[in-house]
Amino acid sequence: MNKADLIRAEEKKTPKRTIDVVRAGLAKRYRAEGRFKLYGLGAIIISLLCLAILFISIVGKGYPAFQQTFIQLEVFFDPAVLGHENLSSANFPGLVKKTLRNMFPDVKGRSDKRALYQLVSTGAAFQLREMILKDPGLVGKTVSVWVPADDDVDMLMKGHFDRKMSESGGRLNNKQLAWIDALSRQGKIEKRFNTIFFTSGDSREPELAGIGGAASGTVLTLVVTLILSFPIGVAAAVYLEEFASKNRWTDLIEVNVNNLAAVPSIVFGLLGLGVFLNFFGLPRSAPLVGGLVLTLMTLPIIIIASRAALQSVPPSIREGALGVGASKMQMVMHHVLPLALPGMLTGTIIGMARALGETAPLLMIGMVAFIVDIPTGFTDPSTVLPVQIYLWADSPERAFVERTSAAIIVLLAFLIIMNAAAIILRKKFERRW
Amino acid sequence: MSPTTLLAALLMLSAAAFYFGRQRAFAIAGKAGGTRHLHSRPTYYGLLTALWCGIPALLIFVLWLGFEDKIITNLVIADLPNAIRHLPENRLNLVVNDIKNLVTGNIVAAEVDATMQAGAAHYRSLQATSNAALAVVALSLGIVGAVVVRSRISRTLRARNLVEQVIKYILIACSCIAILTTIGIVLSVLYEALRFFKAIPITDFLFGLKWSPQMAIRADQVGSSGAFGAIPVFLGTLLISAIAMAVAVPVGLMSAIYLAEYANRRFRDVAKPLLEILAGIPTVVYGFFAAITVAPFIRNSGSVLGLEVSSESALAAGLVMGIMIIPFVSSLSDDVINAVPQALRDGAYSLGATRSEAIKQVVLPAALPGIVGSVLLAVSRAIGETMIVVMAAGLAANLTLNPFKTVTTVTVQIVTLLVGDQEFDSPKTLAAFALGLVLFIVTLFLNVIALKVVRKYREQYE
Repeated sequence: MNKADLIRAEEKKTPKRTIDVVRAGLAKRYRAEGRFKLYGLGAIIISLLCLAILFISIVGKGYPAFQQTFIQLEVFFDPAVLGHENLSSANFPGLVKKTLRNMFPDVKGRSDKRALYQLVSTGAAFQLREMILKDPGLVGKTVSVWVPADDDVDMLMKGHFDRKMSESGGRLNNKQLAWIDALSRQGKIEKRFNTIFFTSGDSREPELAGIGGAASGTVLTLVVTLILSFPIGVAAAVYLEEFASKNRWTDLIEVNVNNLAAVPSIVFGLLGLGVFLNFFGLPRSAPLVGGLVLTLMTLPIIIIASRAALQSVPPSIREGALGVGASKMQMVMHHVLPLALPGMLTGTIIGMARALGETAPLLMIGMVAFIVDIPTGFTDPSTVLPVQIYLWADSPERAFVERTSAAIIVLLAFLIIMNAAAIILRKKFERRW
Repeated sequence: MSPTTLLAALLMLSAAAFYFGRQRAFAIAGKAGGTRHLHSRPTYYGLLTALWCGIPALLIFVLWLGFEDKIITNLVIADLPNAIRHLPENRLNLVVNDIKNLVTGNIVAAEVDATMQAGAAHYRSLQATSNAALAVVALSLGIVGAVVVRSRISRTLRARNLVEQVIKYILIACSCIAILTTIGIVLSVLYEALRFFKAIPITDFLFGLKWSPQMAIRADQVGSSGAFGAIPVFLGTLLISAIAMAVAVPVGLMSAIYLAEYANRRFRDVAKPLLEILAGIPTVVYGFFAAITVAPFIRNSGSVLGLEVSSESALAAGLVMGIMIIPFVSSLSDDVINAVPQALRDGAYSLGATRSEAIKQVVLPAALPGIVGSVLLAVSRAIGETMIVVMAAGLAANLTLNPFKTVTTVTVQIVTLLVGDQEFDSPKTLAAFALGLVLFIVTLFLNVIALKVVRKYREQYE
C-alpha cells in the first residue's frame, strides 16, 4: 500500500468535512494574524521610540546651555591702567587680574595666581573694554560687573564634573574649587540666561561661542535660495504642466527633474566647487554660493510640488477662462496660478526646510571655516547653523557638547516652525473640487 | 557702483520703464478715444517696455560678473614681474591667491612684498574700472531698450502677444535649468575625474585593494605612499548601507503595512506625521546622535559582552542611518500598498483568507515592484548619505566586513579630501572627484531603475 492509499483509508474511517479542517487550523491562523499585526505595531513603536530617544538625548544635553555661569567682579577702573590716550588698547586683562587678586588677597605664588585667573573667561577683558569704550566716564569708578566664567567653572556649576575626580588630575584643582565655593557663598557666582549664545559668533572658548554668526549666515543663504528657487521652480512647473507639448525634450526635462531630486546632496557640493568656485571664480565660504548650490538642490522639490498643485486645479477653470476669451497665458496667470499658489508655497516651505538642514554640499564650498565675525553681506565669509553644529561636534571640550545640542535644539525649533507653517497653509487653503 | 546697488538700480529702471510705457499707451489711447481702441491693455505696453529695459541689461550683468574675475586675474598676471610670471603654475596660483586675499582684506599666507602690493592695487583698480564700465553698459542698454520700445508703442502694436512670447521663453529657460544642472554635475565631476585617471590608471582605482590618499611630498617620506585602490572604500559604503537597510526595510515595511492595512484613521493621522518628522531631521543631527549617544552605547554594550568594538564602528553609523531611512521606506511603501486595488483584497477575503494572509499572499506580491522601487531609492539615499558617516564612521579604509570595526565610505573620503585647503593638481584632491563620479553614476543608475519600476507599477493599476 502506498501513502496516498493510506490517507484515503484514514479518511474513510473518519469522514472529515472541509469546514473541520479549516476550523482545526483556525486558532493557529488567528495566532499568526495576531503576531503579524503585532509586528506592524512594533515596527511603528520602534520608530517612534527612536524619535523619542533622539529628542530626549539632545534636549537633555542641550537645555543647560541656555544658562551660563557668571561671576560678579567689583571692578575699579583704575585711571593708572586706563590713563593712556588710546583707551581701546589699554591693559584690560590686567584689570581683570587685579580685580581677582583684590577679591582673594591671600592668594600668593605664581601658579596659584594663574589658577585664580583661569576662573574667569578671557571674554571678561573684552567686556570691560566694551563698557569703557561705550562710556568713558566710568574711569576712576568702581562698578560691579557680571562676567562669564570659564567653561570649566561652568561645567562644574552645572554638575558635569565630579568633584572627587578633580583632586586627581581633573580640570579644576582643589584651590580653584575652594574659591568657587567661596564665591557661591557670597552669591557672587550664579547661572543666568545665556545671551552670549544667541548673539555672538564662533569662538575657541566655549563660554564665548554663540550661534549668532551661523544664524545670520543661514538667513543670508536661505534668502538667496528663496529668491532664486521659488520663481524658477514655479516657472518651470508652469511650463512643464501647462505649455509643454509631450515630446522627447519635455520627457528629458522630466526625467532630469526626478533624478535630481534623488541625487546625493554632496554631489551638488562638487558641482558648486567645480562650477561656481573654480570656473566662475565666485568667493569661497560666501552665502551667495551656498544659496546657489542649495537652489539647485531644492529646485526639483519645488518643481515636483508645484506640478502637483497645478494638476489639482480642475480643467473646468481653464476651460471657463478660455471660454470668455482669455489667452492661454492669461488663463494661467489670472486663474490657474492663483489657485495653485498655496500648494506651491507649501512645497517651497518644505524645500526651504530641507535646505535649512543641509550640511554636506556647504562643506564642499568652504562654508566650514572658523569664522568669528557675524556676516552682513552676501559675499562675506560665513557659515550656517548645521555646519556650526558639525564644527562644534568635533571640538573636544565638554562644554561644546552642550553648545552643540543647544544649537541643534534651535535648528530643530526652526524646522518645526517651518513644517508647521506648511501644514497650516495646506489645511487652510486645501480645496476639494 | 557695486554690483548689488547696480542690480537695485536696474530693477528701479525697469519699474520706471513700466510706468513710462503704460503712460505712453494711455496717452495714445486718449487720442484714439479710449483704451478699447488699443490692441492690448495698457499694462501690457508697460510690461513690454520693462522687459526690454530689464532683460538685456540683466543678461549683460550676469555674464559680466561671471567672467570678470577670470579676465581681471589674467590681466593682473600679465602685469606681474617676469620672475613671478614664469613660476610653475601651482606656485603662480599661490601668489594670485595671496593677491586676491590682499584685495579682500583676508589673512595672507606669504609675506607681503612690494610686487604683491602693486598687484593688489592693480587688481583693485581693474575691478573698479570693470564695475564702472559694467554700470555704464548695463544702464545705457536698459535706457536704450526702454526708449526704443516706448517710441514704437502704437495702437496696433501687439504688445500682449509679444509679452506672452517673452514670458514663454523665460518659462522654457527656467525649465531647462534642470538639464543644465545635470550637465554641470557631469562636466564638473567628469573633468576633474579624467585628470585623476591620467595620473592613476582607472583599473587601479576601481580594483585596487589599498586606499591611502596621502601623497608623499618628499620621496623618502614614511607612510604616504598614495595608494588609490577604492575597493575598501566601496566595501565600507556597502557595509554601512547594508546595515542601514537591514534596519530600515523590515521596520519601514512593517510600519507601512500596519498603517495601510490595520490602523484606524485616528492612529494613522497621528503616527504618519510623527514618522515623517524622522525624515525631516537634518542629517547632521543624526550624525551627532550617532557619535555622542549611539556609538558609546554600542561600544559599552560590546565590552560588557566581551566584544571588541571600535568607537567609530560601522554598526553605529549604519544603525542611525537605518533610523533615518525608515520613514523613507515606509511612506513610499505606504503609497504603493494603498494603490493596490481593493478588489484584490476583497477577493482574498471572500476565499476565507485572514487579513495577514491576504496581505502576505495577495497585496504584497501585487505591490512588490513598487516596494522594490522604494527600497532601491532608499539604497541610493543610504549610499549618498554624508553627514552621519562623516561624524560617526571613521577615516581608516579597512578591508573588512566586520560591523564592529571602523570602515570608511565614499562620501567620507570626498569630504575629508576636499575640506580645507586644496590644490587642484594633486591626485589627492582629484581622487575626490573620481569618487564623486562613481557615486553619481551608481545613484543615477539606482534612481533611474527605481523610478521606472515605480512608474510602470502605477500605470498597471490605474
